[in-house]
Amino acid sequence: MSLLLTEGLGRRFGGLEAVRDVDLALREGEVRALIGPNGAGKTTLVSMLCGRIAASSGRIHFAGREVTRLPAHRRIRMGMAYTFQITSIFAELTVRENVRLAVQRVADDAALELRVAETLACVGLEGRADQRAGDLAYGHQRLVEVAMGLGQAPRLLILDEPTQGLSDGEVAGFVALIRAVARETTVLLIEHNIDVVMALADRITVLNFGRVIAEGAPAEIRADPVVQEAYLGG
Amino acid sequence: MEFGPHLILALLEGLVQASVLMLTALGLSLVFGVMRVVNVAHGEFFMLGAVLAHVVAGWFGAHPALGFIAALLLAPPLVALAALAFDRTVLHRLGHDPERTIVATIGLLYVIQQLTLMTFGPEARPVTAPFNHRIAIPWIETTAAGLSFYFPWGLSTTSYKLFVVVAAFAASAGVWLMMARGRVGLVLRATQLDRETAQAFAIPVHQVYGFVFALGAGLAALGAVLVVPIRQAHYLMGGDPLLLSFIVVIIGGLGSLRGTVWAALLIGMSDGIVSVFFSPTLAKILATLLVALVLVYRPGGLFGAKPA
Amino acid sequence: MSRALVLHLGLIAVLFAAAFLLPAYHHGNLARIMVLAVYAMGYNILFGYAGLLSLGHAMFFAAGMYGMGLTVRYWDWPMILALPFGTLAAAALALLVAVLALRTAGVAFMIVTLMFSQAGFLVILYFNPITRGDEGFVIPQAARRLAGLDLSDPMNRYLAALVLFSVVLLACHRLVLSRLGRVLVAIRENEERARLLGYDVWAHKLGAVVLSGSVAGAAGAAYGALFGSVGASFAEVPFSILPLLYVLAGGAGTVIGPFVGTAFMFYLRDLAGTVTDAHMLVAGAALIALTLFARRGLMGLVRARWAGWLP
Repeated sequence: MSLLLTEGLGRRFGGLEAVRDVDLALREGEVRALIGPNGAGKTTLVSMLCGRIAASSGRIHFAGREVTRLPAHRRIRMGMAYTFQITSIFAELTVRENVRLAVQRVADDAALELRVAETLACVGLEGRADQRAGDLAYGHQRLVEVAMGLGQAPRLLILDEPTQGLSDGEVAGFVALIRAVARETTVLLIEHNIDVVMALADRITVLNFGRVIAEGAPAEIRADPVVQEAYLGG
Repeated sequence: MEFGPHLILALLEGLVQASVLMLTALGLSLVFGVMRVVNVAHGEFFMLGAVLAHVVAGWFGAHPALGFIAALLLAPPLVALAALAFDRTVLHRLGHDPERTIVATIGLLYVIQQLTLMTFGPEARPVTAPFNHRIAIPWIETTAAGLSFYFPWGLSTTSYKLFVVVAAFAASAGVWLMMARGRVGLVLRATQLDRETAQAFAIPVHQVYGFVFALGAGLAALGAVLVVPIRQAHYLMGGDPLLLSFIVVIIGGLGSLRGTVWAALLIGMSDGIVSVFFSPTLAKILATLLVALVLVYRPGGLFGAKPA
Repeated sequence: MSRALVLHLGLIAVLFAAAFLLPAYHHGNLARIMVLAVYAMGYNILFGYAGLLSLGHAMFFAAGMYGMGLTVRYWDWPMILALPFGTLAAAALALLVAVLALRTAGVAFMIVTLMFSQAGFLVILYFNPITRGDEGFVIPQAARRLAGLDLSDPMNRYLAALVLFSVVLLACHRLVLSRLGRVLVAIRENEERARLLGYDVWAHKLGAVVLSGSVAGAAGAAYGALFGSVGASFAEVPFSILPLLYVLAGGAGTVIGPFVGTAFMFYLRDLAGTVTDAHMLVAGAALIALTLFARRGLMGLVRARWAGWLP
């Protein structure tokens, strides 16, 4: 059964069709990568999924329910989590407070602090829990962002270019983290680093000029001449 | 008086009020448009203009025309200088942050008002008009002999009031020309469109801001100097121009000079007429609620763009 | 017990002791400061925690004051009913204003609240025959009784002010450390992120406005009952600026800041009063100085320098 399903999803900005006619079906438990050249409409697409921007056309179903018109916070409450491409954390608050805000919606008082500590440990930030989030190095801020996604114990975790700007070592750690997470959670991953995509994705969807031009297992996508022309080979 | 002459009189009085309001509101609109900040002390710059006019005119006590001309030439630049000083010492250091600027100009409002009270005193003080001829206005009536002109009792204006209208329109046209043509206008419009890009094109944005803030205050002061021979200078007189300018700028669309001009004429003219039908308090209640609701439902103003 | 709770309980204890130690002049001042501090604490919920800058809180204060005053004056309600009624009136007004004003943000929100408050002030003047807006009216001493106590008696008045102050202070302490308080801070810091953590930003802001307006209304009702006068001047623009000033001075987003700021500004004005009676001059100059030099206010400074735990 599909956890997330879109039918004919599209979005116009004035005369520009940033996304058009996208049919997407995410199986419960899979790791799906969404790739494509810059400006292909990836962020627009996932922004529609989580409700940051409204769809111009088409429909979105999540967990068996139509959510096309639901406001963002209601979709998040149904079990979506979204991590921003441009780091968006509570810079003035401590790392712990950042994560607590993510966790407190899904945990009762008794479990709260334990869950916060677990989530911090999960991304390796337990040693920096009481630092001001805005003071952290960029890579660590990305981890706070990811921790806020994980802390919500989502059914679907949407990661928008999570490894952008990370060092090689940090990327390796991130891949291991998402592997562990993917055992319990469906993941939709926008990613430019093709090694990360190949290491993590069960299936890959390729977007170009707002349309889906290919979809399949990593090996198929790697071999697809259309994809190679549009993206990989280009 | 019959209805016809009465209406003409209301329109004439409305026109005087509208033209001064236009000048004052243009100042507020310019500051908001270019700097994206709200100057809550705008009405106090108006008041300061009127009070300085009284003081300057007093230096030339013997000759009302000389005194008025001196006030016209000196008061607005002095007010503009005071505004420039405030921009340099305070607003500039706040980075012209919108919220902090409002708080600071609220502070300025009370500082100017209370300092004026302490030095100038609580009395209302007049300024003599440089000239003040009564101009009777003819009206047409139908008599047995056909149409004929006559001069209804009370239907008159003064040469000074006509001068106020002409001067205010001329000054507004000057602002308009400055914005629409010329290098200064280009620089201002560029700054308004995009502060960062303007900076990249070597426009000294902070100097532009200082200039605009001073110009806005100067326009308010100019409006006050024009109107002070008709009314009087008083330390609490800044409240109404502030409220009316707010109404004009918001109804006309924030930062739109064209909208400001139309709204000033509309509101200035109708203010006289509305107060015939409503008590002034009720008219003010309706006006403030209208402003609030326009901001809530039509943030682009009634004449401006549709809400996004 | 946390350090913060010790601090807040300690403040209450000191204020209680002061009731019996202070000379009459400061005794009277402090009673007034405590009620005004409640007003400032209400303001702080919205400004300091939810990050919404209102320029119209006088309308809530006045709604509470008139809700109490009119029911006492015309229907002879006892204080035990009139005080909650005033608070409820403020809450209802806050709900109405919130539904409209929350469609805007930032500068527009400031102007909209300013305009609504000004309209409220003018409404009081318009119904002058009922409200006695111009000159105000006095709550007769016989009506200023609560639970058998005469509120016009200085000691009773002080203790009643202290009770209200303590309840609101401890409630703010609880609120700030609660889940709700954390979400308000999250909205202040990064609204979009808060929304995408699944929080209904609009509903939380609405709640913050209503709560903030209710506390301001309670302060207004109490002020009328304790000091015996009701008037339109409490609905005027300067009275909306005062809580902003108090909170900025004491430290926005700190529980104890509003009290510190109120006391500080009250005595600063008192001191300046020996030089000039243009008391808003001090307020104006202080506003400019605070925005320039001390954005975080006194307690914000203390928190940043010495006491990071301060809620």
